[in-house]
Amino acid sequence: MESDSRTGKRKGAGFFERRWKDVRVGDFVKVVSNEIIPADLLLLHTSDPNGVCHIETASLDGETNLKQRHIVSGLNTQDSQFEPEHFSYTVAVEKPNNNLNHFKGYIEKTDMKRLGFGTENLLPRGCTVRNTEFTTGFVVYAGHETKSMMNNNGPRYKRSKLECKMNIDVLYCVLLLFFMCLIGALGHYIWLESLPSMPLFLTPGSQGHLDPPLLSGFYMFFTMIILLQILIPISLYVSIELVKMGQIYFIINDVDLYDEETDSRVQCRALNIPEDLGQIQYIFSDKTGTLTENKMVFRRCSVMGTEYSHNDNAVRPSVLGEANDTEEEVIFHRSPQPSQTGWNLGDDHDPEAAQHRHHGRRPHSSVGRYKNKETGSSQGEAAFSSPLETEVVPDRKLLQCVLSSGGGDWVGGRWIGCSEATDLYLDFFLALAVCNTVVVSTANTAQAQRQRGSERSSHSVFQSPGDLLQTALTKMHSVYHTLHSWQPMIEEDVDPDHTPDPATSHGGHHSTAGGQTSHNSTQAQSTSTPKQCFEAESPDEAALVHAAKAYGFTLLTRTPESVTLRLPHGEELTYQVLDTLNFDPTRKRMSVVLRHPISREIVMYTKGADYTIMELLQTPSEANSLKGNHQNVAASTQRHIDWYAKEGLRTLCFAKKVLSERAYKDWSLRRQEALAAISNREELLMETAGHLEIQLTLLGATGIEDRLQDCVPDTITALKEAGIQVWMLTGDKPETAVNIGYACRLLDEGDLVIQMSTKDKVVCKSTLDCALEEVRQFEHSGGPGGMGGPEEPRLSIGLVIDGHTLGLALQSDLVASFLELARRCRSVLCCRVTPLQKSAVVTLVRERLKVMTLAIGDGANDVNMIQAADVGIGISGQEGMQAVMASDFSIACFKHLKKLLLVHGHWCYNRLAKMAIYFFYKNVTYVNLLFWYQFFCGFSGTSMIDIWLLIFFNLFFTSVPPIMFGVMDRDVSAEMLLGLPELYRTGQGSEGYDHLIFWIAMLDAFYQSLVCFFIPYWTYQGTDVDIYTFGTPMNTVAFFNIMFHLAIEIKSWTVVHWVTMLASVIVYFVVTLVYSAVCISCNPPSNPYWIIQQQMAKPMFYLVCVITTVIALLPRFTYRVLSNTLVPSPLVRARHLERLDTPIRDQ
Amino acid sequence: MPKEQDLANRPDNTAFTQQRLPAWQPILSAGIVIPGFVLIGLAFIGIGVALFLTSRSIQVQEFDYTGVDTTSSCYMCSSTNVPNCVCYVNFTLTTKFQGMVYFYYALSNYFQSHRKFGASRDYYQLSGDTTYFTAPLDVCIPFQYANTTPIVPCGLSANSLFNDTFKLYQIVNGTTKLVPFDGRGIAWWSDYNIKYQNPKVTPLKDAFKGTAKPVNWPKPAYELDTTDPSNNGFVNQDFLVWMRRAALPNFWKLYRRITDPDYVGGLPAGNYSIEITYNYPVISFNGKKRVVLSNVSWMGGRNPFLGIAYLVVGSLCIVMSIVMLIVYAKFKFPDDV
Repeated sequence: MESDSRTGKRKGAGFFERRWKDVRVGDFVKVVSNEIIPADLLLLHTSDPNGVCHIETASLDGETNLKQRHIVSGLNTQDSQFEPEHFSYTVAVEKPNNNLNHFKGYIEKTDMKRLGFGTENLLPRGCTVRNTEFTTGFVVYAGHETKSMMNNNGPRYKRSKLECKMNIDVLYCVLLLFFMCLIGALGHYIWLESLPSMPLFLTPGSQGHLDPPLLSGFYMFFTMIILLQILIPISLYVSIELVKMGQIYFIINDVDLYDEETDSRVQCRALNIPEDLGQIQYIFSDKTGTLTENKMVFRRCSVMGTEYSHNDNAVRPSVLGEANDTEEEVIFHRSPQPSQTGWNLGDDHDPEAAQHRHHGRRPHSSVGRYKNKETGSSQGEAAFSSPLETEVVPDRKLLQCVLSSGGGDWVGGRWIGCSEATDLYLDFFLALAVCNTVVVSTANTAQAQRQRGSERSSHSVFQSPGDLLQTALTKMHSVYHTLHSWQPMIEEDVDPDHTPDPATSHGGHHSTAGGQTSHNSTQAQSTSTPKQCFEAESPDEAALVHAAKAYGFTLLTRTPESVTLRLPHGEELTYQVLDTLNFDPTRKRMSVVLRHPISREIVMYTKGADYTIMELLQTPSEANSLKGNHQNVAASTQRHIDWYAKEGLRTLCFAKKVLSERAYKDWSLRRQEALAAISNREELLMETAGHLEIQLTLLGATGIEDRLQDCVPDTITALKEAGIQVWMLTGDKPETAVNIGYACRLLDEGDLVIQMSTKDKVVCKSTLDCALEEVRQFEHSGGPGGMGGPEEPRLSIGLVIDGHTLGLALQSDLVASFLELARRCRSVLCCRVTPLQKSAVVTLVRERLKVMTLAIGDGANDVNMIQAADVGIGISGQEGMQAVMASDFSIACFKHLKKLLLVHGHWCYNRLAKMAIYFFYKNVTYVNLLFWYQFFCGFSGTSMIDIWLLIFFNLFFTSVPPIMFGVMDRDVSAEMLLGLPELYRTGQGSEGYDHLIFWIAMLDAFYQSLVCFFIPYWTYQGTDVDIYTFGTPMNTVAFFNIMFHLAIEIKSWTVVHWVTMLASVIVYFVVTLVYSAVCISCNPPSNPYWIIQQQMAKPMFYLVCVITTVIALLPRFTYRVLSNTLVPSPLVRARHLERLDTPIRDQ
Repeated sequence: MPKEQDLANRPDNTAFTQQRLPAWQPILSAGIVIPGFVLIGLAFIGIGVALFLTSRSIQVQEFDYTGVDTTSSCYMCSSTNVPNCVCYVNFTLTTKFQGMVYFYYALSNYFQSHRKFGASRDYYQLSGDTTYFTAPLDVCIPFQYANTTPIVPCGLSANSLFNDTFKLYQIVNGTTKLVPFDGRGIAWWSDYNIKYQNPKVTPLKDAFKGTAKPVNWPKPAYELDTTDPSNNGFVNQDFLVWMRRAALPNFWKLYRRITDPDYVGGLPAGNYSIEITYNYPVISFNGKKRVVLSNVSWMGGRNPFLGIAYLVVGSLCIVMSIVMLIVYAKFKFPDDV
């Protein structure tokens, strides 16, 4: 794209104000602080001397933290005044695409040198400039080509299962109409043929004789279509839309689905599928942020092969009032289980490693942690940078170790008098503090931004100071205490033997006090200076930085070139940041290359997933050259990591590497080339990163707890009872996933758990077959009790499968047996799956098993899955708004799913199903009256009911009660539905609406219309009754019949029901009477003048109405009574139970 | 707890929005419906008996005079096409015909209910709007114009006006005595007073100037009843009765009532003769013509059907209540009272 020097927006010399729509590619745009960026800009100049611009991307991805963007490196635009006139380079960018996290291009200078740039140089449209006075950019994409617009592909149209079925039945109605019209046409033809000669009552044509019967019959076919077209329930579609609106009104107004914490209700983004909520058979859930809170708490760490259990963090909730420390004790006293063969992460080409195995009984205590309920004071926290969330109580021994190691003199960048090992301790915390992309902002600016920002984030601002005050007040005593006892306490608690389970009740008590002390000392520091806020890209990073802070390693500022730390003894150290190798999902690690300010040593700190780091460690021979036994460190750290994973903690490994000046220079050159590359830049960058990230020295590992959300186990249990299969799809490792699985009761103790982890297809196939065989045997051994088939196995089966194996299993030749196996499992856990695999699994299950699927997730990685499923639910959590934007419904937390499905889903489905059936019935009943009459008017298409009354009938007289029925009828109360999740199964089996029910309704409609026609017919035949006098009682009979039919179907009569029903009756009579009194000759040829009045004066009218209604409804009524009594459905039983409950509840 | 203003999105906690409105939740089960069935059964049997007895008390005499049968006196009239052919139907009443007697003519297989039959009339003409006298509506085609003269009243409905006439004679001791008919009040009052109006022109004949009579009519509309000048035009009672379309192909139409003081209590037993002026052709469509004498009750004419239906349904309800009682005894729920 050729740059031209047109100027864009104003502000400053040469800039003038323009509308957004006038911004074109190639313009220069200057944006001042707190303005929204109008187009995708390439950052060229900012007011910041370092060339950094902060933006808030909340409107794009919902993340409220600030992100840094840099000016294109190598471009000397930062000095003094930026003059667009002097910018005469060629800018080339890739084609517009919708990938928010991918952008590349280059600037070609006049000397043909190319400068590469990427996402870190892009200011995407829709974001807000923060903390930067002004910034100037070059428009690379404008209008619909911008990233945010490309991502906005509008809501996907989903059609509900019920509506799909209904559409088929509408087709049947069309077919029925066709046949009825055919009968009419044939009848007319035969009738005409049977006339010996031209009768008096027929209108001759212009030639004085009739049209040929065949032609008349042909015409009559179309006349019949016009007459009988009400058979096709067009009104049904309108009514369904109205009903869905009503249903959604009730869903979003449910106070139980309101989350006080975030002040958000459930959102229905798709208005047309509320009834699908009642038919879900499979739930696919994300783990992080969905089942878990995604509020990371630093729980444990292992440094140099020694485990520090941080018991105090575990005890914290009990300090706040939740007494569950006994359970915590149990967890930590539990000795680590021997590592399991099934967890083999390396190559497991031997089938045995991939062999499934029976899980033994697990100590129940491992699920105890989910009870760590947030107490009132922490309820208001929205961001993870709020004080209580991030408060880390340092482990006493580790703190002591750090302090003592720092006790030496600081000379030449080394702590003299310390061993190599303690130096590594410090390195560990340095890595914690610096190896990240956390931006430090002071509380003031953060507050100011948040106030300008979304309501939600301003919420936390109001909260924080109050909390601080409260915390300070309640802890005054301990502060006082510690001022006097700080030093002695440390000394008296020295315990040189660190074991993985060091906590005793004695130590635990003391450490509580100690921990709070240190917390308060840091707190005091931070309140004296402006309060710091760590703006992290992921909650893990924030948790780690806070952990480092708790040990005295406080991150003070970060710029692209430097990072400043405060060390435990108060020194401030500014490291030069040479390079940052950002995290990417393939490498699963990030590194920061620093130059030590004093020793000028180049150090690289790396953090990442354990298995990637472990592979990159120094080989033993090299390690041996160093002092100490690193092999042992690696082994014990790995052991600790495995153990953390088993407890459901997220693990990260930290490593360091000291680089020689030359090595770094060499690497740096290659890095620059890679950065400038336009084609396969990503690969090159990854490759260069790979070159540097080798031969690392392990520092330690951390375990971060990802707490389960409120009531997750209860919800999962209820969903499983409701007959829903719950799958968990997560990118985490199997150990973590299985642990979370047990914690949230996806897996139960005593479940048969099949684990599949292999990289070989043959192994995968044999494992699948083997597992399937075993499952079948397992079911058979269930004995005669297991007659329920795969739906009701006696013992439930869980399947754990990892991404690799899943990829193999999804291949076309294995997919059938995989699904066969998965179908029989009550829960499936897929670990290490990519977003694409998530959606592939969902699509596969949805299409191959023909089941209703629901996907729930909160992150951008769940978007595919959410869109692939029949119902997509987004959790408006912390991972941004992308999932919510893609979803059909968004809820605030996972527990809301229970009521949304079990209550609203059931209601919506049942109501809509019944209403749809009723509409079919209603139209067929009514239209058939006209059809039967054709047999008595020579199939000439005469209607014996006035045409306006015919239209009013559907439009006014009988429209409101069914809609009200569809919106408000309550077959079983919410309490009952929540208490008996089994009731949900009626919806899964489509018991509310299937073709059998439809045809029964049709038969009933035919029967009722026959009754409604022939009772009046036999009553009035052979008399001087005229056509509309004949039609009026029939219309009335049909009206009452249809109303009483609805009355039989209505399960609960509230005021609204009574009012609408009675109002309909009143409207019917008032409108008919008024119309008959007013319309003298307004509507020839019917002219219903005074007919109903005449009729209503005669007793016969009433007698006919009464008996016809009774005869017409007797079969349905009797059927309902007998089926309710003889073979009551679960719903009827629940209603009886409910009635039984009421007096008990009242007492 | 968070402050109130922070909960701006909180839904209203009302019985309506939370779907907790007090509700009556009947569960249809055997126990509950027994009293209903018994009550309906008894009531229906009662109504049925009343209807049945009433219906039986209504006397009806029907005589076919189509003349298809060679033995019929009207055979001659039907086989030849002589206008105003007269034939007789003789009958004997063995018992007295109670109350006011209604005299009907009845047509079979005659489709006044045909869609085009009903449509083929000009309501503006019939409500006396003379502008439509010169230009009748197109719905009247092909009975819109006779050559170029507009037909009033136009259309098939009017054109096919039934034109047989009847006279009833009582034969007392060999002499015939005319039973006077009352031709007033046989049409609906709403038709006579509101729906159909003659043009406000006197004499009526002037309004019809420049118009033609319907093709089949022997006389123009303003000369339908020569005996009573007010019974002419569009408010002629016979015309009104005909224009009210019958719903079914077999229908009666009221011809006259017998209100004469001599016969106020009904027709005495004895021999009678009906003199028929046979004009209306029905053979062409296999139609039948009959004359009917009937008296009426509160439920209208004789119709045993409804009474029987009530009796049957009433009995069925009683049977159902017994069945329900058995079911209830065997399968009752604990909460059924």
